[in-house]
Amino acid sequence: MTTATDIEVIDLAVTSRRELNQRLHDAAKQGGPTYWRILNPKGAHALAVGIDGAFDIEIEGHTGYYTAGMNKLAHIRINGNAGVGVGENIMSGSIHITGNASQACAATGCGGLVVVDGDASSRCGISMKGVEIVVKGDVGHMSAFMAQSGVLVVCGDAGDSLGDSIYETHIYVRGTVEGLGADCVEKELKDFHRQELGRLLEAAGADAKVDEFKRYGSARRLYTFNIDNAGEY
Amino acid sequence: MCGIVGLFAKTPEVEANLGAMLAPMLHEMGDRGPDSAGVAFYRDAVPAGHTKLTLQHDDPDFDWSALRKGLKEAYGADKGVGRRGNHAVVVAHTDANAAQGWVEEHHPDVKIMSAGEAIEIYKETGRPEAFIETFDITSLYGTHALGHTRMATESKVTTAGSHPFSTGLDLCIVHNGSLSNHASLRRMLQREGIRFQTLNDTEVAAGYMMWRLREGATLNETLEGCLEDLDGFYTFLIGTRDGFAVLRDPIACKPAVLAETDEWVAMASEYRSIATLPGAEKARTWEPAPATIYSWEKEKV
Repeated sequence: MTTATDIEVIDLAVTSRRELNQRLHDAAKQGGPTYWRILNPKGAHALAVGIDGAFDIEIEGHTGYYTAGMNKLAHIRINGNAGVGVGENIMSGSIHITGNASQACAATGCGGLVVVDGDASSRCGISMKGVEIVVKGDVGHMSAFMAQSGVLVVCGDAGDSLGDSIYETHIYVRGTVEGLGADCVEKELKDFHRQELGRLLEAAGADAKVDEFKRYGSARRLYTFNIDNAGEY
Repeated sequence: MCGIVGLFAKTPEVEANLGAMLAPMLHEMGDRGPDSAGVAFYRDAVPAGHTKLTLQHDDPDFDWSALRKGLKEAYGADKGVGRRGNHAVVVAHTDANAAQGWVEEHHPDVKIMSAGEAIEIYKETGRPEAFIETFDITSLYGTHALGHTRMATESKVTTAGSHPFSTGLDLCIVHNGSLSNHASLRRMLQREGIRFQTLNDTEVAAGYMMWRLREGATLNETLEGCLEDLDGFYTFLIGTRDGFAVLRDPIACKPAVLAETDEWVAMASEYRSIATLPGAEKARTWEPAPATIYSWEKEKV
Protein backbone atom coordinates (compact mmCIF):
# COMPACT_ATOMS: atom_id res chain seq x y z
CA MET A 1 0.00 0.00 0.00
CA THR A 2 1.25 3.45 -0.85
CA THR A 3 1.29 5.98 1.94
CA ALA A 4 1.80 9.73 1.68
CA THR A 5 5.45 9.45 2.67
CA ASP A 6 6.09 7.12 -0.24
CA ILE A 7 5.19 9.77 -2.80
CA GLU A 8 8.01 11.68 -4.41
CA VAL A 9 6.99 14.75 -6.41
CA ILE A 10 9.59 16.12 -8.80
CA ASP A 11 8.95 19.44 -10.50
CA LEU A 12 11.09 19.76 -13.61
CA ALA A 13 10.67 23.52 -13.43
CA VAL A 14 13.16 23.37 -10.54
CA THR A 15 14.83 19.94 -10.76
CA SER A 16 17.00 18.93 -13.71
CA ARG A 17 16.16 15.93 -15.86
CA ARG A 18 19.55 14.41 -15.04
CA GLU A 19 18.80 14.63 -11.33
CA LEU A 20 15.37 13.09 -11.87
CA ASN A 21 16.81 10.10 -13.72
CA GLN A 22 19.65 9.70 -11.21
CA ARG A 23 17.23 9.69 -8.29
CA LEU A 24 15.10 7.05 -10.00
CA HIS A 25 18.18 4.93 -10.66
CA ASP A 26 19.42 5.36 -7.09
CA ALA A 27 16.01 4.47 -5.68
CA ALA A 28 16.00 1.28 -7.76
CA LYS A 29 19.34 0.24 -6.27
CA GLN A 30 19.07 1.51 -2.72
CA GLY A 31 15.32 1.58 -2.13
CA GLY A 32 13.14 4.64 -1.87
CA PRO A 33 9.70 5.95 -2.73
CA THR A 34 7.56 3.70 -4.88
CA TYR A 35 5.24 6.35 -6.23
CA TRP A 36 6.64 9.25 -8.26
CA ARG A 37 4.90 12.23 -9.77
CA ILE A 38 6.76 14.31 -12.34
CA LEU A 39 5.51 17.82 -13.06
CA ASN A 40 6.22 20.29 -15.89
CA PRO A 41 7.81 17.96 -18.46
CA LYS A 42 7.20 20.58 -21.20
CA GLY A 43 8.34 18.29 -23.98
CA ALA A 44 11.72 17.45 -22.41
CA HIS A 45 13.57 14.43 -23.80
CA ALA A 46 14.69 11.24 -22.05
CA LEU A 47 12.49 11.49 -18.96
CA ALA A 48 12.38 8.45 -16.66
CA VAL A 49 14.71 6.39 -18.82
CA GLY A 50 16.61 3.25 -17.88
CA ILE A 51 14.54 2.53 -14.79
CA ASP A 52 15.07 -0.84 -13.16
CA GLY A 53 12.58 -0.83 -10.29
CA ALA A 54 8.91 -1.53 -9.64
CA PHE A 55 7.84 2.10 -9.34
CA ASP A 56 4.56 3.75 -10.22
CA ILE A 57 5.43 6.93 -12.09
CA GLU A 58 3.03 9.55 -13.34
CA ILE A 59 4.19 12.30 -15.71
CA GLU A 60 1.84 15.26 -15.83
CA GLY A 61 2.02 16.76 -19.31
CA HIS A 62 3.47 16.27 -22.80
CA THR A 63 6.92 14.69 -23.06
CA GLY A 64 9.73 14.77 -25.64
CA TYR A 65 11.80 12.00 -27.19
CA TYR A 66 12.53 8.56 -25.70
CA THR A 67 10.34 8.89 -22.61
CA ALA A 68 10.62 5.82 -20.38
CA GLY A 69 13.10 4.19 -22.73
CA MET A 70 14.59 0.85 -21.69
CA ASN A 71 12.03 0.58 -18.90
CA LYS A 72 12.20 -2.44 -16.59
CA LEU A 73 9.50 -3.25 -14.04
CA ALA A 74 8.14 0.29 -13.60
CA HIS A 75 4.58 1.30 -14.46
CA ILE A 76 4.70 4.71 -16.09
CA ARG A 77 1.74 6.84 -17.07
CA ILE A 78 2.11 9.92 -19.24
CA ASN A 79 -0.88 12.22 -18.90
CA GLY A 80 -0.39 13.86 -22.25
CA ASN A 81 1.28 13.23 -25.60
CA ALA A 82 4.66 11.56 -25.95
CA GLY A 83 7.37 12.43 -28.49
CA VAL A 84 9.43 10.20 -30.77
CA GLY A 85 10.49 6.79 -29.45
CA VAL A 86 8.43 6.58 -26.28
CA GLY A 87 9.20 3.30 -24.50
CA GLU A 88 11.98 2.40 -26.92
CA ASN A 89 13.49 -0.94 -25.98
CA ILE A 90 11.10 -1.46 -23.08
CA MET A 91 12.00 -4.69 -21.26
CA SER A 92 9.07 -5.11 -18.85
CA GLY A 93 6.55 -3.15 -16.80
CA SER A 94 4.12 -0.85 -18.58
CA ILE A 95 3.80 2.57 -20.19
CA HIS A 96 0.42 4.23 -20.62
CA ILE A 97 0.15 7.34 -22.80
CA THR A 98 -3.19 9.08 -22.38
CA GLY A 99 -2.72 11.26 -25.47
CA ASN A 100 -1.00 10.55 -28.78
CA ALA A 101 2.41 8.99 -29.34
CA SER A 102 4.80 10.24 -32.01
CA GLN A 103 6.93 8.11 -34.35
CA ALA A 104 8.60 4.83 -33.39
CA CYS A 105 6.50 4.18 -30.30
CA ALA A 106 7.95 1.18 -28.37
CA ALA A 107 10.64 0.69 -31.02
CA THR A 108 12.67 -2.52 -30.47
CA GLY A 109 10.66 -3.22 -27.29
CA CYS A 110 11.51 -6.60 -25.78
CA GLY A 111 8.71 -7.01 -23.25
CA GLY A 112 6.10 -5.25 -21.14
CA LEU A 113 2.95 -3.43 -22.23
CA VAL A 114 2.60 -0.06 -23.97
CA VAL A 115 -0.88 1.47 -24.21
CA VAL A 116 -1.68 4.57 -26.27
CA ASP A 117 -5.15 6.01 -25.68
CA GLY A 118 -4.92 8.25 -28.77
CA ASP A 119 -3.09 7.68 -32.05
CA ALA A 120 0.46 6.54 -32.63
CA SER A 121 2.15 7.93 -35.72
CA SER A 122 4.49 6.22 -38.17
CA ARG A 123 6.70 3.22 -37.39
CA CYS A 124 4.86 2.22 -34.24
CA GLY A 125 6.51 -0.97 -32.93
CA ILE A 126 9.35 -0.85 -35.45
CA SER A 127 11.61 -3.85 -34.90
CA MET A 128 9.59 -4.89 -31.85
CA LYS A 129 10.99 -7.97 -30.12
CA GLY A 130 8.34 -9.09 -27.66
CA VAL A 131 6.63 -5.96 -26.38
CA GLU A 132 2.82 -5.87 -26.40
CA ILE A 133 1.37 -2.63 -27.77
CA VAL A 134 -2.27 -1.53 -27.71
CA VAL A 135 -3.15 1.63 -29.63
CA LYS A 136 -6.76 2.70 -29.12
CA GLY A 137 -6.67 5.06 -32.08
CA ASP A 138 -4.83 4.79 -35.41
CA VAL A 139 -1.22 3.95 -36.26
CA GLY A 140 0.79 5.63 -39.01
CA HIS A 141 2.67 4.15 -41.96
CA MET A 142 5.30 1.43 -41.62
CA SER A 143 4.08 0.28 -38.23
CA ALA A 144 5.51 -3.06 -37.04
CA PHE A 145 8.27 -2.74 -39.66
CA MET A 146 10.61 -5.73 -39.23
CA ALA A 147 8.63 -6.75 -36.16
CA GLN A 148 10.14 -9.92 -34.68
CA SER A 149 7.83 -10.98 -31.87
CA GLY A 150 5.21 -9.58 -29.52
CA VAL A 151 1.77 -8.16 -30.29
CA LEU A 152 0.49 -4.96 -31.88
CA VAL A 153 -3.20 -4.19 -31.38
CA VAL A 154 -4.71 -1.29 -33.33
CA CYS A 155 -8.28 -0.38 -32.43
CA GLY A 156 -8.49 2.22 -35.21
CA ASP A 157 -6.94 2.20 -38.69
CA ALA A 158 -3.41 1.36 -39.81
CA GLY A 159 -1.39 3.37 -42.32
CA ASP A 160 0.46 2.12 -45.38
CA SER A 161 3.01 -0.74 -45.38
CA LEU A 162 1.80 -2.35 -42.17
CA GLY A 163 4.12 -5.12 -40.97
CA ASP A 164 6.66 -4.72 -43.76
CA SER A 165 9.32 -7.46 -43.58
CA ILE A 166 7.63 -8.90 -40.51
CA TYR A 167 8.92 -11.97 -38.65
CA GLU A 168 6.64 -13.47 -36.00
CA THR A 169 4.69 -10.62 -34.42
CA HIS A 170 0.88 -10.87 -34.16
CA ILE A 171 -0.89 -7.78 -35.48
CA TYR A 172 -4.58 -7.16 -34.83
CA VAL A 173 -6.38 -4.25 -36.52
CA ARG A 174 -10.02 -3.33 -35.99
CA GLY A 175 -10.32 -0.65 -38.69
CA THR A 176 -8.97 -0.42 -42.20
CA VAL A 177 -5.43 -1.09 -43.32
CA GLU A 178 -4.20 1.32 -45.96
CA GLY A 179 -1.74 -1.24 -47.24
CA LEU A 180 0.22 -4.30 -46.11
CA GLY A 181 4.01 -4.31 -46.34
CA ALA A 182 6.17 -6.98 -47.95
CA ASP A 183 5.44 -10.47 -46.62
CA CYS A 184 2.63 -9.31 -44.31
CA VAL A 185 -0.70 -11.06 -44.91
CA GLU A 186 -4.10 -11.43 -43.30
CA LYS A 187 -4.30 -14.59 -41.21
CA GLU A 188 -6.93 -16.62 -39.44
CA LEU A 189 -8.03 -15.51 -35.98
CA LYS A 190 -7.72 -18.76 -34.03
CA ASP A 191 -8.75 -19.44 -30.43
CA PHE A 192 -5.25 -18.74 -29.20
CA HIS A 193 -5.36 -15.33 -30.88
CA ARG A 194 -8.81 -14.55 -29.54
CA GLN A 195 -7.56 -15.21 -26.03
CA GLU A 196 -4.43 -13.16 -26.55
CA LEU A 197 -6.36 -10.23 -28.05
CA GLY A 198 -9.06 -10.40 -25.36
CA ARG A 199 -6.42 -10.35 -22.62
CA LEU A 200 -4.72 -7.28 -24.12
CA LEU A 201 -7.95 -5.36 -24.76
CA GLU A 202 -8.88 -5.93 -21.15
CA ALA A 203 -5.44 -4.99 -19.85
CA ALA A 204 -5.55 -1.77 -21.86
CA GLY A 205 -9.14 -0.96 -20.94
CA ALA A 206 -9.99 -0.77 -24.62
CA ASP A 207 -13.65 -0.59 -25.57
CA ALA A 208 -13.54 -3.07 -28.43
CA LYS A 209 -14.66 -6.61 -29.14
CA VAL A 210 -12.35 -9.40 -30.24
CA ASP A 211 -14.53 -10.32 -33.22
CA GLU A 212 -14.20 -6.84 -34.70
CA PHE A 213 -10.51 -7.40 -35.41
CA LYS A 214 -8.59 -8.98 -38.24
CA ARG A 215 -5.23 -10.61 -37.69
CA TYR A 216 -2.14 -9.99 -39.80
CA GLY A 217 1.19 -11.74 -39.69
CA SER A 218 4.13 -13.06 -41.65
CA ALA A 219 3.68 -15.09 -44.83
CA ARG A 220 7.18 -16.41 -44.01
CA ARG A 221 8.28 -16.14 -47.61
CA LEU A 222 10.86 -13.45 -46.99
CA TYR A 223 12.93 -14.52 -44.04
CA THR A 224 12.92 -18.30 -44.17
CA PHE A 225 15.42 -20.26 -46.19
CA ASN A 226 14.01 -21.56 -49.43
CA ILE A 227 15.20 -25.12 -50.09
CA ASP A 228 15.03 -24.46 -53.83
CA ASN A 229 18.01 -22.16 -53.37
CA ALA A 230 20.21 -24.83 -51.74
CA GLY A 231 22.08 -25.26 -55.00
CA GLU A 232 23.36 -21.70 -54.78
CA TYR A 233 25.77 -22.70 -52.00
CA MET B 1 19.28 17.77 -37.87
CA CYS B 2 17.80 21.25 -37.94
CA GLY B 3 15.06 22.99 -36.01
CA ILE B 4 12.00 24.68 -37.44
CA VAL B 5 9.49 26.93 -35.71
CA GLY B 6 6.51 28.91 -36.96
CA LEU B 7 3.86 31.06 -35.35
CA PHE B 8 0.67 32.42 -36.88
CA ALA B 9 -1.26 35.05 -34.92
CA LYS B 10 -5.03 34.89 -34.62
CA THR B 11 -5.38 37.92 -32.30
CA PRO B 12 -3.93 41.47 -32.22
CA GLU B 13 -2.24 40.62 -28.89
CA VAL B 14 -0.28 37.76 -30.42
CA GLU B 15 0.60 39.94 -33.43
CA ALA B 16 2.02 42.58 -31.07
CA ASN B 17 4.06 39.96 -29.18
CA LEU B 18 5.00 37.75 -32.13
CA GLY B 19 8.78 38.20 -31.78
CA ALA B 20 8.69 37.81 -28.01
CA MET B 21 6.77 34.55 -28.48
CA LEU B 22 8.83 33.21 -31.38
CA ALA B 23 12.24 33.89 -29.79
CA PRO B 24 11.89 31.30 -26.98
CA MET B 25 10.63 28.77 -29.54
CA LEU B 26 13.74 29.38 -31.65
CA HIS B 27 15.99 29.31 -28.60
CA GLU B 28 14.58 25.91 -27.64
CA MET B 29 15.62 24.55 -31.06
CA GLY B 30 19.20 25.80 -30.52
CA ASP B 31 20.63 22.34 -29.92
CA ARG B 32 18.98 20.98 -33.08
CA GLY B 33 20.83 23.66 -35.04
CA PRO B 34 23.76 25.50 -33.49
CA ASP B 35 25.43 26.58 -36.79
CA SER B 36 23.16 29.41 -37.86
CA ALA B 37 19.70 30.83 -37.34
CA GLY B 38 17.18 32.88 -39.22
CA VAL B 39 13.64 34.18 -39.23
CA ALA B 40 11.07 35.56 -41.63
CA PHE B 41 8.53 38.03 -40.27
CA TYR B 42 5.49 39.29 -42.13
CA ARG B 43 4.64 42.81 -40.99
CA ASP B 44 4.05 46.41 -41.94
CA ALA B 45 2.83 45.71 -45.48
CA VAL B 46 3.81 48.54 -47.79
CA PRO B 47 1.23 50.35 -49.96
CA ALA B 48 0.60 49.28 -53.54
CA GLY B 49 3.34 50.36 -55.90
CA HIS B 50 6.02 50.02 -53.23
CA THR B 51 8.50 47.22 -52.57
CA LYS B 52 10.06 46.23 -49.29
CA LEU B 53 13.54 44.71 -49.45
CA THR B 54 15.60 43.11 -46.70
CA LEU B 55 19.26 43.64 -47.51
CA GLN B 56 22.45 42.29 -45.98
CA HIS B 57 26.08 43.37 -46.04
CA ASP B 58 28.98 41.53 -44.43
CA ASP B 59 30.34 44.83 -43.07
CA PRO B 60 28.34 45.70 -39.94
CA ASP B 61 29.23 49.38 -40.46
CA PHE B 62 28.00 49.48 -44.04
CA ASP B 63 26.53 52.89 -44.94
CA TRP B 64 22.86 52.02 -45.41
CA SER B 65 21.79 55.67 -45.50
CA ALA B 66 23.81 56.20 -48.68
CA LEU B 67 22.04 53.25 -50.30
CA ARG B 68 18.69 54.60 -49.15
CA LYS B 69 19.52 58.03 -50.57
CA GLY B 70 20.33 56.53 -53.94
CA LEU B 71 17.13 54.52 -53.96
CA LYS B 72 15.15 57.59 -53.04
CA GLU B 73 16.75 59.65 -55.80
CA ALA B 74 15.95 56.91 -58.31
CA TYR B 75 12.36 56.21 -57.26
CA GLY B 76 11.10 58.92 -54.93
CA ALA B 77 9.76 58.57 -51.42
CA ASP B 78 10.76 55.73 -49.13
CA LYS B 79 10.12 54.74 -45.54
CA GLY B 80 13.60 55.01 -44.16
CA VAL B 81 15.99 52.29 -43.14
CA GLY B 82 15.20 49.71 -40.47
CA ARG B 83 18.50 48.26 -39.33
CA ARG B 84 18.88 44.96 -37.49
CA GLY B 85 22.37 43.53 -37.10
CA ASN B 86 24.01 43.63 -40.52
CA HIS B 87 20.62 43.62 -42.25
CA ALA B 88 18.50 46.59 -43.26
CA VAL B 89 14.94 46.95 -44.50
CA VAL B 90 14.34 49.56 -47.20
CA VAL B 91 11.15 50.50 -49.00
CA ALA B 92 11.33 51.70 -52.60
CA HIS B 93 8.52 53.40 -54.47
CA THR B 94 8.70 51.04 -57.41
CA ASP B 95 8.04 47.43 -58.34
CA ALA B 96 10.09 44.52 -57.05
CA ASN B 97 12.03 43.91 -60.27
CA ALA B 98 13.15 47.52 -60.51
CA ALA B 99 14.03 47.76 -56.81
CA GLN B 100 16.07 44.53 -56.84
CA GLY B 101 17.69 45.45 -60.15
CA TRP B 102 18.73 48.82 -58.78
CA VAL B 103 20.38 47.23 -55.70
CA GLU B 104 22.18 44.63 -57.82
CA GLU B 105 23.46 47.29 -60.20
CA HIS B 106 24.51 49.93 -57.69
CA HIS B 107 25.49 47.77 -54.73
CA PRO B 108 26.66 44.39 -56.05
CA ASP B 109 28.17 43.55 -52.65
CA VAL B 110 24.79 43.86 -50.95
CA LYS B 111 22.76 40.63 -50.73
CA ILE B 112 19.00 40.70 -51.14
CA MET B 113 17.46 38.50 -48.46
CA SER B 114 13.82 39.06 -49.34
CA ALA B 115 11.52 41.16 -51.50
CA GLY B 116 7.80 41.77 -51.34
CA GLU B 117 5.18 43.79 -49.54
CA ALA B 118 5.36 42.38 -46.02
CA ILE B 119 8.22 39.88 -45.73
CA GLU B 120 11.44 40.57 -43.81
CA ILE B 121 14.14 37.90 -43.61
CA TYR B 122 16.99 38.01 -41.10
CA LYS B 123 19.60 35.26 -40.91
CA GLU B 124 23.15 34.82 -39.71
CA THR B 125 25.72 32.20 -38.75
CA GLY B 126 26.34 31.41 -35.10
CA ARG B 127 24.32 30.25 -32.13
CA PRO B 128 20.59 30.98 -32.24
CA GLU B 129 20.66 32.72 -28.85
CA ALA B 130 23.27 35.17 -30.15
CA PHE B 131 21.20 35.71 -33.28
CA ILE B 132 18.10 36.48 -31.21
CA GLU B 133 20.04 39.12 -29.31
CA THR B 134 21.93 40.67 -32.23
CA PHE B 135 18.81 41.03 -34.33
CA ASP B 136 16.57 41.99 -31.39
CA ILE B 137 14.03 39.38 -32.47
CA THR B 138 11.87 39.84 -29.37
CA SER B 139 10.98 43.39 -30.46
CA LEU B 140 9.52 42.27 -33.79
CA TYR B 141 5.76 42.19 -34.24
CA GLY B 142 3.88 40.79 -37.21
CA THR B 143 1.04 38.65 -38.47
CA HIS B 144 3.10 35.45 -38.74
CA ALA B 145 6.71 34.36 -38.60
CA LEU B 146 8.97 31.41 -39.41
CA GLY B 147 12.28 30.49 -37.83
CA HIS B 148 15.08 28.02 -38.40
CA THR B 149 18.14 26.74 -36.56
CA ARG B 150 20.64 24.99 -38.82
CA MET B 151 22.92 22.02 -38.35
CA ALA B 152 24.68 22.05 -41.69
CA THR B 153 24.97 18.80 -43.64
CA GLU B 154 24.91 19.67 -47.32
CA SER B 155 26.92 22.86 -47.70
CA LYS B 156 29.01 25.56 -46.04
CA VAL B 157 27.93 27.47 -42.95
CA THR B 158 27.46 30.96 -44.37
CA THR B 159 24.84 33.69 -44.10
CA ALA B 160 23.64 32.89 -47.62
CA GLY B 161 23.43 29.20 -46.75
CA SER B 162 21.25 29.89 -43.71
CA HIS B 163 17.47 29.62 -43.73
CA PRO B 164 14.89 31.00 -44.53
CA PHE B 165 15.42 31.02 -48.29
CA SER B 166 13.39 33.44 -50.34
CA THR B 167 11.34 31.70 -53.02
CA GLY B 168 9.82 34.78 -54.62
CA LEU B 169 7.93 37.88 -53.60
CA ASP B 170 6.69 37.50 -50.01
CA LEU B 171 7.54 33.80 -50.14
CA CYS B 172 10.13 31.83 -48.22
CA ILE B 173 10.95 28.34 -47.03
CA VAL B 174 12.68 26.71 -44.08
CA HIS B 175 13.72 23.07 -44.27
CA ASN B 176 14.69 20.22 -41.99
CA GLY B 177 16.14 17.30 -43.90
CA SER B 178 18.34 16.75 -46.92
CA LEU B 179 17.58 16.45 -50.61
CA SER B 180 19.41 13.84 -52.66
CA ASN B 181 18.60 15.04 -56.18
CA HIS B 182 19.54 18.69 -55.67
CA ALA B 183 22.50 18.65 -58.08
CA SER B 184 20.48 17.48 -61.09
CA LEU B 185 17.54 19.66 -60.13
CA ARG B 186 19.84 22.69 -59.79
CA ARG B 187 21.20 22.12 -63.32
CA MET B 188 17.66 21.87 -64.68
CA LEU B 189 16.58 25.04 -62.89
CA GLN B 190 19.68 26.93 -64.03
CA ARG B 191 18.71 26.11 -67.60
CA GLU B 192 15.33 27.67 -66.77
CA GLY B 193 17.08 30.85 -65.66
CA ILE B 194 16.88 30.39 -61.88
CA ARG B 195 20.01 31.75 -60.18
CA PHE B 196 21.66 30.23 -57.10
CA GLN B 197 23.99 31.81 -54.54
CA THR B 198 25.16 28.63 -52.80
CA LEU B 199 25.55 24.85 -53.20
CA ASN B 200 22.84 24.37 -50.59
CA ASP B 201 20.13 21.76 -51.18
CA THR B 202 17.37 23.86 -49.63
CA GLU B 203 18.16 26.71 -51.99
CA VAL B 204 17.35 24.25 -54.79
CA ALA B 205 13.96 23.52 -53.21
CA ALA B 206 13.43 27.28 -52.96
CA GLY B 207 14.49 27.68 -56.61
CA TYR B 208 12.17 24.86 -57.62
CA MET B 209 9.22 26.59 -55.94
CA MET B 210 10.22 29.92 -57.48
CA TRP B 211 10.25 28.27 -60.91
CA ARG B 212 6.88 26.52 -60.49
CA LEU B 213 5.22 29.68 -59.22
CA ARG B 214 6.78 31.68 -62.06
CA GLU B 215 5.33 29.17 -64.53
CA GLY B 216 1.87 29.87 -63.14
CA ALA B 217 1.35 27.08 -60.61
CA THR B 218 -0.62 27.85 -57.45
CA LEU B 219 1.08 27.36 -54.09
CA ASN B 220 -0.78 24.07 -53.61
CA GLU B 221 0.22 22.84 -57.07
CA THR B 222 3.80 23.86 -56.31
CA LEU B 223 3.83 21.88 -53.07
CA GLU B 224 2.26 18.87 -54.80
CA GLY B 225 5.05 19.24 -57.35
CA CYS B 226 7.59 19.01 -54.52
CA LEU B 227 6.20 15.59 -53.62
CA GLU B 228 6.76 14.46 -57.22
CA ASP B 229 10.09 16.10 -58.03
CA LEU B 230 12.08 16.39 -54.81
CA ASP B 231 13.90 13.27 -53.69
CA GLY B 232 15.03 13.11 -50.09
CA PHE B 233 13.88 13.95 -46.61
CA TYR B 234 12.09 17.10 -45.75
CA THR B 235 9.81 18.87 -43.41
CA PHE B 236 9.11 22.24 -45.03
CA LEU B 237 7.53 25.30 -43.52
CA ILE B 238 6.58 27.73 -46.28
CA GLY B 239 5.82 31.36 -45.55
CA THR B 240 3.39 33.29 -47.76
CA ARG B 241 2.11 36.87 -47.68
CA ASP B 242 -0.98 35.79 -45.73
CA GLY B 243 0.03 32.69 -43.83
CA PHE B 244 2.13 29.56 -43.80
CA ALA B 245 2.02 25.96 -44.99
CA VAL B 246 3.60 22.73 -43.72
CA LEU B 247 4.66 19.80 -45.89
CA ARG B 248 6.47 16.57 -44.98
CA ASP B 249 7.89 14.06 -47.44
CA PRO B 250 6.00 10.74 -47.89
CA ILE B 251 8.32 8.85 -45.52
CA ALA B 252 8.23 11.62 -42.89
CA CYS B 253 11.46 10.85 -41.05
CA LYS B 254 11.92 14.47 -40.06
CA PRO B 255 9.82 15.53 -37.12
CA ALA B 256 6.99 18.07 -37.02
CA VAL B 257 4.38 19.04 -34.46
CA LEU B 258 1.43 21.36 -34.97
CA ALA B 259 -0.64 23.01 -32.26
CA GLU B 260 -3.59 25.37 -32.41
CA THR B 261 -5.52 27.49 -29.92
CA ASP B 262 -8.01 30.35 -30.38
CA GLU B 263 -5.02 32.72 -30.19
CA TRP B 264 -2.38 31.11 -32.41
CA VAL B 265 -1.24 28.29 -34.66
CA ALA B 266 2.26 26.99 -33.99
CA MET B 267 4.53 24.59 -35.83
CA ALA B 268 7.80 23.21 -34.52
CA SER B 269 10.21 20.34 -35.00
CA GLU B 270 9.60 19.36 -31.40
CA TYR B 271 6.87 20.00 -28.87
CA ARG B 272 9.29 21.61 -26.41
CA SER B 273 9.33 24.74 -28.58
CA ILE B 274 5.54 24.91 -28.52
CA ALA B 275 5.61 24.32 -24.75
CA THR B 276 7.11 27.82 -24.35
CA LEU B 277 3.88 29.41 -25.65
CA PRO B 278 1.11 30.62 -23.34
CA GLY B 279 -1.78 28.16 -23.46
CA ALA B 280 0.33 25.36 -25.00
CA GLU B 281 -0.90 22.74 -22.54
CA LYS B 282 -4.49 23.24 -23.62
CA ALA B 283 -3.72 23.52 -27.33
CA ARG B 284 -4.95 20.95 -29.84
CA THR B 285 -1.66 19.27 -30.65
CA TRP B 286 -0.99 16.79 -33.45
CA GLU B 287 1.60 15.44 -35.82
CA PRO B 288 1.11 16.40 -39.47
CA ALA B 289 0.65 13.35 -41.72
CA PRO B 290 3.19 12.60 -44.44
CA ALA B 291 2.71 14.00 -47.97
CA THR B 292 -0.13 16.21 -46.78
CA ILE B 293 -0.33 19.98 -47.13
CA TYR B 294 -1.45 21.93 -44.07
CA SER B 295 -1.97 25.67 -44.45
CA TRP B 296 -3.30 28.67 -42.60
CA GLU B 297 -4.17 32.02 -44.10
CA LYS B 298 -5.10 35.34 -42.63
CA GLU B 299 -8.68 36.16 -43.54
CA LYS B 300 -8.61 38.98 -46.02
CA VAL B 301 -10.55 41.95 -44.62
